[in-house]
Amino acid sequence: MKNKFLLSIAIFFLIFCFIVLFKSLNNSNVYVPESTLNKPLINFNSQDLFSTIKISSDQIFADSEFYILNIWASWCLPCRNEHPYLMEFNKNSSIKLIGLNYKDNPDNAKKFINKFGNPYSVNIVDSNGTISIKLGAYGVPETFLINKERKILKKIIGPLNEKLVKEINLIIK
Amino acid sequence: MKIKFYFLILLVILNFKSLYAIEPNNEILKNKILKNIRCLICQGQSVYDSQSDFAISMKLVIDQKINEGLSENEIYNYLKGQYGQWISYDPEFNKKTFILWGLPILLFVTGGVIVFRKLIVIK
Repeated sequence: MKNKFLLSIAIFFLIFCFIVLFKSLNNSNVYVPESTLNKPLINFNSQDLFSTIKISSDQIFADSEFYILNIWASWCLPCRNEHPYLMEFNKNSSIKLIGLNYKDNPDNAKKFINKFGNPYSVNIVDSNGTISIKLGAYGVPETFLINKERKILKKIIGPLNEKLVKEINLIIK
Repeated sequence: MKIKFYFLILLVILNFKSLYAIEPNNEILKNKILKNIRCLICQGQSVYDSQSDFAISMKLVIDQKINEGLSENEIYNYLKGQYGQWISYDPEFNKKTFILWGLPILLFVTGGVIVFRKLIVIK
């Protein structure tokens, strides 16, 4: 009787472990901590990719309803895939697109923009990756939706896709 | 000859001082923090061990924060604010982690009770 009870507990435990592990197979192990959302954006200084003029976050986040801050690099393949979505966002006048060029060669970055189009109103440089870390980013590509109070409304780790674009549009509306 | 010998000994002794310069206090603190921070894009490695872009940038930021005068705990709290609890190898005790912290103690106590009862039976 006791052995049967122990056996059933062991089997139940194994099934429980199997379900937990099986369910987690499809889950992404990169998650967006809630603490980063609705938090004010940090202040930072950088320089413009094209003009190399120094520019501060106060100058960038000044004149729009919504901002999309996109971390990208010319060496990043998923950035190419999400580029058409950014070009689409560029048509929306209530959104200002800001590119943060991550650890890139400026010449390659400029070639990338010339080849695929420039969706960004401002393109700033993060040559050593420290601005991205201070923003709470993991790498490239990564996208932040920011409102005019400079609060992060949404953070997308990885490339944009149709579903995510719809989610962003829903928030903006 | 003797003077040369004493001079050489003096020179060696004086050079011991520079040994302390190999790892200044900031470097010890920096390495301690880096070993306690998880590299989020190369899981299983600390930032200290990793050479990924994320880890290299993180090392620079932690260096900046130490130079700004932030304490060890302030730096951990700053990073937890940006990346959540997952970044730390030393999770806090809260409602999400109480099983993690409590289970080993519970198992230890249960095991202790079982062993203790067996010992009493043997006696």
